[in-house]
Formats: sequence, structure tokens, C-alpha cells
Amino acid sequence: MRKKVIALTAAVVMLAVLGLTGCETGPRFIKQADFDETHGIVLTFAGPVDADWAADKANFSVNEKPDPDILLNIESVRLDPGNTRLTLTLADALNQEQPHQVVVKDIMADGKPLGSTAVTVARSYFGHLFAIFLGALLIQNFVFSKYLGLCVFFGTSQKKSTAVGMGITFTFVIVFASLMSWFLYQFVLKPYRLDHLQIIVFIGLVSLTVQAVDTILRKINPALFKAFGVYLVLVIANCIVIAVPLILADNEYNMFESLMLALGAGLGFLLALFLMSSVRERLEFANVPVSYRGLPIAFIVAGLFALSFMGFSGMSIF
Amino acid sequence: MPATTKTNFQLVVNGLLNENPIFRLALSMCPAVGISTTVANGLLLGVAVLFVQVFSSCTISLIKDYIHPRIRIPTYTLTIATWVTVIDLVLAAYLPVAYKAMGIFVRLIVAFAIITMRLEVFACRNTVTASFWDGIGMGLGFMFGMVTLGAVREVLGMGTFLGYDVIGFRPLLFFVLPAAGFFLVGFMMAVFNYVETVYHRRAKRGA
Repeated sequence: MRKKVIALTAAVVMLAVLGLTGCETGPRFIKQADFDETHGIVLTFAGPVDADWAADKANFSVNEKPDPDILLNIESVRLDPGNTRLTLTLADALNQEQPHQVVVKDIMADGKPLGSTAVTVARSYFGHLFAIFLGALLIQNFVFSKYLGLCVFFGTSQKKSTAVGMGITFTFVIVFASLMSWFLYQFVLKPYRLDHLQIIVFIGLVSLTVQAVDTILRKINPALFKAFGVYLVLVIANCIVIAVPLILADNEYNMFESLMLALGAGLGFLLALFLMSSVRERLEFANVPVSYRGLPIAFIVAGLFALSFMGFSGMSIF
Repeated sequence: MPATTKTNFQLVVNGLLNENPIFRLALSMCPAVGISTTVANGLLLGVAVLFVQVFSSCTISLIKDYIHPRIRIPTYTLTIATWVTVIDLVLAAYLPVAYKAMGIFVRLIVAFAIITMRLEVFACRNTVTASFWDGIGMGLGFMFGMVTLGAVREVLGMGTFLGYDVIGFRPLLFFVLPAAGFFLVGFMMAVFNYVETVYHRRAKRGA
């Protein structure tokens, strides 16, 4: 039994190694390519290259991956001492959301030509995913920066327990519904050119998801249903739940990006509800002017939160 | 609620004042906070909502006898979604610049609580004519709220009205900030509450 496990592990490891190395085809002259600040791209060569060759701008060309015929203006090329690290500075700031392609012509090392090569420069994929998640959670929080889902937000933020229950239910439903609508959009609506039906299809899908979760939860876990069932009906009245599929469709996100955006939107809503309910529980004991009691003061508190959430704007981690 | 006995004119006034969707019913707050930065935005979204409200109300009151009570909410939702798709495509085709400024909000009309609520409360129990006038009233009430908010924010924030310079300087740039929408809606609601309490006090004293 033990031997079998070891053999299996060894086989898996070997396959993984083969798989990883198998992806690499051809010699790699450029070990690494990264963005540098806003205008630069740094290439790291496997060995020292000739300084004369590197001084010529014509040997390099940079373009955004989706538009190979629009070449970007290169302002200067600088080779660091040691002749392996080369910095390309561009005339305009790079849009780092897009992967860029750098074509390097006739690399010369030790006076020998090594041929041309092309490398792709992109932000690390996990960084990109994390940026989407954080963007939906804090920087572009759906409640405080995009002003969506306010009816439900003001309706369920009176008590902390209600707020947390609503937030958790909402997160589950939105992740589920967004993934389904992403699938439907990418594999049914887009191939058959039915994009103009997206509103009808998404709202129908969201209602169906809520109904399905309701029915399944009632049968499988009555205790959980008792705790969260009441919030399920409210989820459908929340415009975030329909906004996220529309944003996914507009931005052509892939599955992982969609998952991250939906998760960020759900947790962002949970965060907003929790913050708001904490304040509103205190407000119960405060001496608020009569005309402001209830919704008006809640709106002003939300305005203060929105102001403080503006502090996140422009933040970038990767 | 039985079939209404109000006249058409009363129905319109009801939507504009007594049951104003934004300030009295406190429904559809998202657009009221989100895109009421200028009068033009408020007007355009108001027209879109008016269109969807009137046509959905008429559709539902036409087919109300054939809807099974258990599937009435999905029916409402799909009816609204259909009319929202129509106005979405029309705006995208004929007013592309303004449509872009409003972003996702036109398509989100489908999730506005006010429309579903009017279908549930009014259109499914009344004749087509009454529903039509109720839809007009509610749509105008929404438009009125959006334009009021938009006017305050545009005049105070940018010093302009409908894009024309009226003051010549920018009195309070703060009102252009998105967060100011929350404050303004809060203040407006407080003003409505205050007027109501004063009105009640006077009425009591008079009686």
C-alpha cells in the first residue's frame, strides 16, 4: 500500500516536471521581462550582450499584445554595467493592464548573432486577480463608490446580526449567479450573437438561482435555511446582483477574474453592511434631531463612509 | 387594494407629490445618489424610467387576467426587462454620449424597486387607462426628484444649469463629489420630514 502511494507520488512529480519543462521551447536569451515604474520595461538577458548592439533603438520594438501593428515610441535604451540588464524607456506611459510584446531583433553577444526573439511582458496573473478582488472590495466598493444596492443596504443595516446574515447570504448567491451568468454569456449568448438579450437573461438567471438556492437549502439544511432564508428574497431586490454580470459581460472577464470580482463585490457588501450596522446600533442611543431620525441620518452616515472610502482611490498594490 | 376611484389628474399628482418615489417612498435610491450630478443626467434617466414604467404598467394591466398569481413576480420582472432592453438599445443608438455618461444605470432600471412595486400594487388591479396615468405620475415623480437633486448639485457644485453658466464661479465644489449625493438625499429627506411635522402641527392647531 505504502509503496503504491510512493510510486504514484513519484509519477505525479515526474509528470509535473515534464509538463513544466515541456512548456519551454527553444533557447531563452531573455530570462525575465518586467514593467519598470510607469514608462519602462526591464529585460534581463541570460548572458552579457554587446553594448554597440544594445545602443541601437531600431533593434527593439514594443506593442500592446492585442494591437501588434501599433508600435509604441521608444525614447531610450540603457544597458546596465554587466551587460545583462537592459531598460527600455518609452515616450508615453504604459497601460500595464494590457500585456505588452517586446520584439528583440538579431541579438549580438560576443560578436555572434543569436537571432531574434519576442517576449511578453505582463503583470503577474495572481497580482492581476488580487487587484480585481481588492478593487471590488475596497477601491471601487459597490456600495460606497458605485452607489449600488442602496435599498437593501439601508433596509438591513439596523442590527449587526441582520447585517452579517444578509452579507453572507448575498456573497454566496452573487458568486453562484455570476459564475452561471458568465458561463451562459460566454458559451450561449456570445456565440449566437444574442448579447442584446443580456438584461432579460441575467435577471431571469438571478431569480432562478435565488429560487433554486431557496428550495435546495430548505430540503438539505433546514437549520441554515431558518437562519438565512429570510434574506434570500431580499437578494433579488439588490441591484449589485444584476450589475456584476453586466460588468463581467462588458469587460470580457475570464472565469477566474469573474470569480474574483463577484467575491470582492459580495465581501465588499458584507463589509459595508457591517460598518454601517455598527454605527447605526450606536445611533439608537444618540440624540438625533427629530426630522433626521431614521433614514436621513443613515444617509448622512453613509456619506461620511463614502468620503472615507474615497481615500482608497488610486491605490494600487501590483 | 380595490380598483382606484381617483381621477386621472389625481393619479398623476399622487405620483408627483404624495407618493413621490424618491423622497416619500424612499425607493430607487441608487440612481438618486449615483448619477444625479447634473440636470441633464437626471432628466435623461427620468425619461427612461418614465418610459419603462408606463409601458410595463400598460402591459401588465392588459394581461393581468391571464397571469397565475404564483408566477406574477417573475412575469413582472421579465416584462420590465423587455422594456428596459428596448430603451437601452434606443438610447445607445440615438444618444451615445449621454448613454455613456450614465454607464450601467440604464440597464439597472430593471432592478429599480419602484417599477415592480407599482405593478404589484397598482397595475395588476386596475384598468389600462388608470395604469397608464399612474405610470405617468410615478415616472414624473421620479424625474422630478432626479432633476431637483441634479439641479442642486449642478448649481452648487459647478455653477452651471443644464450646462449653461449661471453663477460664474463654483460655490461648493464638494457637491460634485459622488459622496455628496448621500448627504444631499439625507438633507432633502430631513426637509420633507420637517415640512410634514410642521404641517401636521398646524393642522392640529387649526382643528
